[in-house]
Amino acid sequence: MAATTVGQASASLWQGGASPYSISSKKLGMWLFIVSDSLTFGALLAAYAYARVSSENWPTPFPIYPSIIVATVMTFCLLTSSITMVMAVLNAHKGNVKATVRWLGFTMLGGLAFVALHANEWFHLIGEGLRPFTNPWGDPPGSTPLFGASFFTCTGLHMLHVTIGIIVLANIARGFKKGTYSADHVEISGLYWHFVDLVWMFIFPLLYLMSVNRAA
Amino acid sequence: MSTFATEHAGGGIPLYMKVWYALLALTLLEVFLAYKGMSVGLMLSILMGLSVVKAALIVAYFMHLRFERFSLVLTLIPMTVLCICLFSVFFADSVRLYDLRWPR
Repeated sequence: MAATTVGQASASLWQGGASPYSISSKKLGMWLFIVSDSLTFGALLAAYAYARVSSENWPTPFPIYPSIIVATVMTFCLLTSSITMVMAVLNAHKGNVKATVRWLGFTMLGGLAFVALHANEWFHLIGEGLRPFTNPWGDPPGSTPLFGASFFTCTGLHMLHVTIGIIVLANIARGFKKGTYSADHVEISGLYWHFVDLVWMFIFPLLYLMSVNRAA
Repeated sequence: MSTFATEHAGGGIPLYMKVWYALLALTLLEVFLAYKGMSVGLMLSILMGLSVVKAALIVAYFMHLRFERFSLVLTLIPMTVLCICLFSVFFADSVRLYDLRWPR
């Protein structure tokens, strides 16, 4: 059975019976999902970047306070939740159940803080008159309706991913505590969480920093 | 427990903390650059360049890809980057759809 030992590099690596990537099928599945999801976000952000660069009258409604400072704090929340997720994975592989659940809790808290701040930002912008197909900015007002469509689509889809991530992490934490989920499950859910963080690293500069109101 | 779980190896906590500090520093640099007066195209290029560096740090260290087998990296990354580049190159062509509608 030597040829079927997983993870062993040999001449027959690509001839079946061995795992060429040396990772579990669950982890490979998550990586493939992440690739497909990155193409979804890639398409949305490419469309946004095209509209942004080709529009001379693009709205710049984000002042340094509250918008940019709050969005920077949101970035800090996500980055910090990523490092706490790393701690959870390290502890899960060491078999420290209590520490793993605690770090997963901190990760979820970071995600919840992000969603709360982002929802507040949405309500604030909606209160100012931003809608998916119109907005009060520009000359004449609303002359660049794609601003609302791209903002709500990109940030909304990302917020949905964060919300789903929090639910997944809660489920994984419960299962890991009960012993039904292994350290592998924690690591794979961590891959998803880091991906959500990664996507925000593109949304934040593209949607917020490219639309700062320097006069405010 | 999976056979693969025992193969989990890579950087320790100090390395991950360094990556976290670097990501925070790059974020602050992006915010600083947003307030520098420059053309939209130049700003888009600089901010995207910094974001690609941040994404690479997250994928390599937090998502552990640097410590996986290189065949996995070759399978996942070049194809994704190529597809996203093709989106950016060919997106402008999608505007032609309006001219392809029938009847006009």
